Amino acid sequence: MQWETVIGLEVHTQLTTRSKIFSGASTAFGAEPNSQACQVDIALPGVLPVLNKGAVERAIKFGLAIGAKLNRVNVFARKNYFYPDLPKGYQISQFELPIVEGGSIDIQVPSEQAGQAETKTVRLTRAHLEEDAGKSLHEDFHGMTGIDLNRAGTPLLEIVSEPDMRSAKEAVAYARALHTLVTWIGTCDGNMQEGSFRVDANVSVRPKGQQEFGTRREIKNLNSFRFLEQAIDYEVRWQIEQIEDGHKIVQATVLFDPDTGETRMMRTKEDAHDYRYFPDPDLLPVKLEEDWIEQVRAAMPELPAAMRARFQRDYGLSAYDAAGLTSQRELAVFFTDTLALAGEANAKLVANWLQGELSASLNRDEKGIGAAPIGPAQLAGLVRRIADGTLSNKLAKQVFEVMWTEGGEPDAIIEAKGLKQMSDSGAIEKIIDEVLAGNPKSVEEFRAGKEKAFNALVGQVMKATKGKANPAQVNELLKTKLAG
Amino acid sequence: MTQHTIKELADLLASGQSSSVELCQDYLGRIAAHNPDINAFITVDPDRTLADARAADALRAAGNAGPLTGVPIAHKDIFCAEGWLTTCGSKMLANFVSPYDAHVISQFKAAGMPTLGKTNMDEFAMGSSNETSYFGPVKNPWDTARVPGGSSGGSAACVAAGLAPAATGTDTGGSIRQPAALCGITGLKPTYGVVSRYGMIAFASSLDQGGPMARTAEDCALLLNVMAGFDRRDSTSLERDKEDYGRDLAKPLAGLRIGLPREFFGAGLTGDTAKAVQAAIEQFRTLGATTVEVSLPNSGLSVAAYYVIAPAEASSNLSRFDGVRYGYRTPDYGDLTDMYEKSRAEGFGAEVKRRILIGTYVLSHGYYDAYYIQAQKLRRLIAQDFAEAYRQCDVILGPTAPTTAFKLGEKADDPVQMYLSDIYTIAVNLAGLPGMSLPCGFDSQGLPIGMQLIGDYFAEARMLNVAHQYQLATDWHARTPAL
Repeated sequence: MQWETVIGLEVHTQLTTRSKIFSGASTAFGAEPNSQACQVDIALPGVLPVLNKGAVERAIKFGLAIGAKLNRVNVFARKNYFYPDLPKGYQISQFELPIVEGGSIDIQVPSEQAGQAETKTVRLTRAHLEEDAGKSLHEDFHGMTGIDLNRAGTPLLEIVSEPDMRSAKEAVAYARALHTLVTWIGTCDGNMQEGSFRVDANVSVRPKGQQEFGTRREIKNLNSFRFLEQAIDYEVRWQIEQIEDGHKIVQATVLFDPDTGETRMMRTKEDAHDYRYFPDPDLLPVKLEEDWIEQVRAAMPELPAAMRARFQRDYGLSAYDAAGLTSQRELAVFFTDTLALAGEANAKLVANWLQGELSASLNRDEKGIGAAPIGPAQLAGLVRRIADGTLSNKLAKQVFEVMWTEGGEPDAIIEAKGLKQMSDSGAIEKIIDEVLAGNPKSVEEFRAGKEKAFNALVGQVMKATKGKANPAQVNELLKTKLAG
Repeated sequence: MTQHTIKELADLLASGQSSSVELCQDYLGRIAAHNPDINAFITVDPDRTLADARAADALRAAGNAGPLTGVPIAHKDIFCAEGWLTTCGSKMLANFVSPYDAHVISQFKAAGMPTLGKTNMDEFAMGSSNETSYFGPVKNPWDTARVPGGSSGGSAACVAAGLAPAATGTDTGGSIRQPAALCGITGLKPTYGVVSRYGMIAFASSLDQGGPMARTAEDCALLLNVMAGFDRRDSTSLERDKEDYGRDLAKPLAGLRIGLPREFFGAGLTGDTAKAVQAAIEQFRTLGATTVEVSLPNSGLSVAAYYVIAPAEASSNLSRFDGVRYGYRTPDYGDLTDMYEKSRAEGFGAEVKRRILIGTYVLSHGYYDAYYIQAQKLRRLIAQDFAEAYRQCDVILGPTAPTTAFKLGEKADDPVQMYLSDIYTIAVNLAGLPGMSLPCGFDSQGLPIGMQLIGDYFAEARMLNVAHQYQLATDWHARTPAL
């Protein structure tokens, strides 16, 4: 039988506010346990939540970015359950009236034809604001559990997609696109190691052509794109196997173990909580004024999809280049900043250097683009020298290497290291004459019809100029000389 | 000395006839003498009180005294007060020393008013007789075999007995007004949102409101001036201009239109209470007021709606008492679930558990629409009834409670009878309106009777005016029990 996979993702994005969603405590990561938990966060008797407007503003921003409906009145509700890292015994979340409903994100998925991609639209169900829980620490306490409430009350925007994805690859493409978007608009720092972007995947399979969905299982808390892909792939194989062996899939929540590459059951629907949601009487319904929404809209940066289209249209870049340059806002900004200095005519050259040498060096040194030792001005300077013929590609790489390791401006490096391409025909001719005089055998072989001998002569000239001669010019002049 | 009003004490301090230390020592002496019989206080800490008093005297000496600086006050043990044991009447918090001040407490501190102690109350404010307190029942100073009402029973009893000139209370379904009535004092529940709930341990968040309990309406006005005000830490606190709640006290009542709800004067109201309230109505007519019959057709459903909404919110509000971070934790437990179950089973009393169970039930999947949503609809209808009534009148008058103080133990085993103690007060909380109780007579057994005034939103100053004019013309409020 042919099976079809159906995937929907729920992504918890931690918002970039400095303080918590309902208290003034800091959200900074990595502090001493419980040093960033104030009386509201530890739920002392009598304390009350006060909504952080910054969190609402970020949710508005996200809603605008995905073309969603913003609920002008949205409501915080209590989700009741007991757990030691949930100090109030309920989580303040949104249930019936979330702040964001609908919207969509376009993803690029590989098409049937190799090397091609096609655009697919993933619809979003909703995005709602909520507070994070604390952490239970099971190590270091010898049979006891430690509770760290620093994370309790950290603002989250939970983004729920429709079950629109049909493979692990599509799920990863969606997760990446979402990651790009939320970091692009600055609502989330996207740090997956620190848990700022956590993915739950709802996975089911059904016979190809069947309309109804199969029974889904939810894989919780995937904190890398690689694990997301591995977990879904495993889960899909497991579910198909189960069904083919005559078993039924039971709705359940599962965990992915990266060590074994397998998913394992956490709980079934039978032991699911009744969360007893009801509107939180401590918080008034949130009202979004039109003015506020318009202010947020006005401050919105150009979004990756728009920028991608613009790069293709205005600079003639390929879809591949445009997608690569807009995969991260800092990269796109680096590109446009460099272009402003290097001239739009050099767009392709700048794109090549950014996605080639610069990206490779960043990867090698495990640096983000923000930490690159080369800035847009330096790269623009380098590109200009390539464009005007001062540097060959080979020499440019040498200059780049110096800039990367030692710093400095390209012109100064070219000067100091004598890396300027030799384009003075008089000087090149003089060297050619010397090479021809010193290699009569090669000259003879060339005249006898051996093309290889010509290349040997070019090599000699380049060697004599320490690689600085303009190779095109050498070819030209040598041909003339030999013909003469 | 100890039967003075706040106003009189403020005058004594201002004229230099007494110091705050002397006043506090006097009250502390009476507490030491009589609290063992009344049990109005859970915590008394003379050192702290006298330190407050000395600070108040120093403020006055430096010329920085406010109108009430140095006047002591007792606080219901539901208000978190830094350094004070704050129990909420529960074993669950019997060991909880608050590390911070409730907004109300910091307001009184800023006014320079020493804390006389923390008053006894029904556990987590759930009760109408003060019998659910982990720290034992409070006795009514008029007859110590009887209850003082609840849940602010300790506050009402200590004022009635002259152990404190005034006290704070909280009112979720009548918890200021009903004990004020049963103890013969004056108590006011403000419009929801006028007094910050920050630091006031939550029972039912959408209904809870703090307010003053004192000997007179004039004192309540002075105290409300201190308590009221916007607090950004409470999202339901209302951002309004500061007002002087005593500004209309002297206004004559000519032209006042008093609404008398048909439903409050039906078969349930009998005997001495009915007579006393009727007499009060006559008194108001003498003072120039007119009366008009109004109707609150949905008020009969208020107790039912209340016993869905209040337990629902309480079941969630009380989830934080889990034995993990503070408060009671069972000494012996196996796993986490065992710890939760035992800590909560041992830490909460029967009435609290009953309400948590009711609240959990009405919020459960499949029951939510039938109970909680319906109750919220009723709540809107009840508020509409009042809005309709206020088209015809300025203030509504009726009884505060169906009976005078009942005997200890009399209703303890009959929760429904107990719940009906608040039949006249609950609708006010559901609508979020201000309400107050003031003495209007005594029954044949010498027990005080209270009448209730209900104002439109933010009509506290008008209600206090009405009550004050009544108290100028009568002396029910000035009578005190023999201890």
